[in-house]
Amino acid sequence: MTTLTKATDEAAARENPARRPRRKVDRLPYLLLLPCLAIIAVLLLWPLGQVVMMSFYKLDSVRQLRGDREWPWVGLANYAQILGDPFFRTVLRNTVLFAVANVALTMVLGTLVGLLLNRLGKKMATFVASCVMLAWATPALTGTIVWKWIFDDTSGLVTWLFNKLPDGLSTTLFGRSDWTGYGWFNDPLLFFGILTLVVVWHSFPFIAVSVLAGLKSVPSELQEAARVDGAGPWRVFWSVTFPMLRPVFGILVVLSTIWDFKVFTQQFVLAGGTQDRSTFMLSIYSYAEAFSPPPKYGLGSAIAVILTVILLVVTALYVRMVLRQEDES
Amino acid sequence: MKKLALNGAGLLVALFAAFPVYWMIATSLKPNREIFSATPRPVPAEPTLEHYREILTGNLIPGVTFLDFFLNSVLVAVATVLLSGLVALLAATAVARFRFTLRTSFLILLLVVQMIPLEALVIPLFLMIQRLGLYNTLPSLILTYLGFSLPFAVWMLRGFVAAVPKELEEAAAIDGASRAQTFRKVLFPLVAPGLVATSIFSFITAWNELIFALTFINDQQKYTLPVAMTFFFGRDDTAWGSVMAASTLFTLPVIVFFLLVQRRMVSGLVAGAVKG
Repeated sequence: MTTLTKATDEAAARENPARRPRRKVDRLPYLLLLPCLAIIAVLLLWPLGQVVMMSFYKLDSVRQLRGDREWPWVGLANYAQILGDPFFRTVLRNTVLFAVANVALTMVLGTLVGLLLNRLGKKMATFVASCVMLAWATPALTGTIVWKWIFDDTSGLVTWLFNKLPDGLSTTLFGRSDWTGYGWFNDPLLFFGILTLVVVWHSFPFIAVSVLAGLKSVPSELQEAARVDGAGPWRVFWSVTFPMLRPVFGILVVLSTIWDFKVFTQQFVLAGGTQDRSTFMLSIYSYAEAFSPPPKYGLGSAIAVILTVILLVVTALYVRMVLRQEDES
Repeated sequence: MKKLALNGAGLLVALFAAFPVYWMIATSLKPNREIFSATPRPVPAEPTLEHYREILTGNLIPGVTFLDFFLNSVLVAVATVLLSGLVALLAATAVARFRFTLRTSFLILLLVVQMIPLEALVIPLFLMIQRLGLYNTLPSLILTYLGFSLPFAVWMLRGFVAAVPKELEEAAAIDGASRAQTFRKVLFPLVAPGLVATSIFSFITAWNELIFALTFINDQQKYTLPVAMTFFFGRDDTAWGSVMAASTLFTLPVIVFFLLVQRRMVSGLVAGAVKG
């Protein structure tokens, strides 16, 4: 303790000789937090405010950002322009459908794998878990590049596989037998399908490992008892396992929703940039409006704000859930 | 019978999860005639390191090789790790060791800022970087990644600090150690393993990041590895051998680091949800 605080403590003790010196407010924790708070404020909160502010201006050149030119205030014009644009509605629909489909698929696959890992023998479980971990650890960037190679239109594995199909079958099913040169990424629906595959491949491991951790933390006797009583796996899951792990599932769904709503890297790499507008989702749309020439930073900001507001609602749910659990444990 | 089905399902899952990683490495080791042959081979028949030699010695632009981009990435990631580790340790100590009025508010803040969609911050941070005169410099990325990695780092590190018995520090204090000494000689060595684990996450965050690096850097020789890869390999779709070799070199450090610390990731993200 510094001499200064000691002196004031002594002064306080003299004033109330009967009482022990009152404990001073300790400034140390605030000092320790200061750098962290400053960084969060400057690099996360301030920009968050800035993006809202920028969405009210017409910003069409880097010079304006540098401060060399005026910022014309346009009020809600950027929002009016976006919300009135049918293309925005398409993008929003794509984003929501993509997020819903990916969260559902990731949760189902992840949960099944988690349950499976719990049932496998020790050696097998370790082996499968290690493989699953590989998919998780792979950076989004290189994971996507490899999938792009697997779907390459000449030497890709999938092209080869479809060429292997009996010609008759392939023609009846898909109307073609020669798949060499087939552009897997040209049809938007197929593009989203492959994007879903890439994203689910990358995100199911986290769900699987979390579900497994959850399963290990609850007593398995209940499930066994239910099984002995003749309940099938479906029944055991919904009547015994799921209710016990409900908090875990809640958090996992919210986290997945947040992640799948703002997929960027995979989309960017798979589409080879921001040229293909038919496969846009909110985050890449915002980026393309702002940074593809001609730059429209104000418009891009408005889209970013809309994305943020959607995620904010989901986040509010998440925080409430985590806090409730911190209280319980 | 049932066991067989379970094991079969396990193998299928393992195959689905690990195959792309295997395929990346396998392709990187194949000579071009195997890569582009009509019938793909599951295992390289004549493994070769030619693609690695190609990317490590060849100039992607005059005077700049793959290694230069690799070093840019290492520089940015290491600087991020050091700064974020130091700041996170101070904050984690405050949260884990002291009871103060704003403690809960701070924890909520940490949770909330982790959920800010970073993709939405590209435009305002671009503005900030322009105004600070940091456009087209690596420090612009270090600064950005510091902000992104810090909240999770504090969240994770506070568990490690809390796990160190408080009695050790009290004993040191009774023996006459100052607060700074206690921190340096008692707490720091015991938290060091946790600091390493936390650092790895900051490292991976910085190492993998693409969007901001794409936006803030203009000179090709300052590109980080992810930008260089999308830029140089995205265009020429036919050089899959080199692309896979570069991808492998980019991915391996992450996988190694990741496997070292993945357990913490689950507990960090789902907070108290899976506590026994």
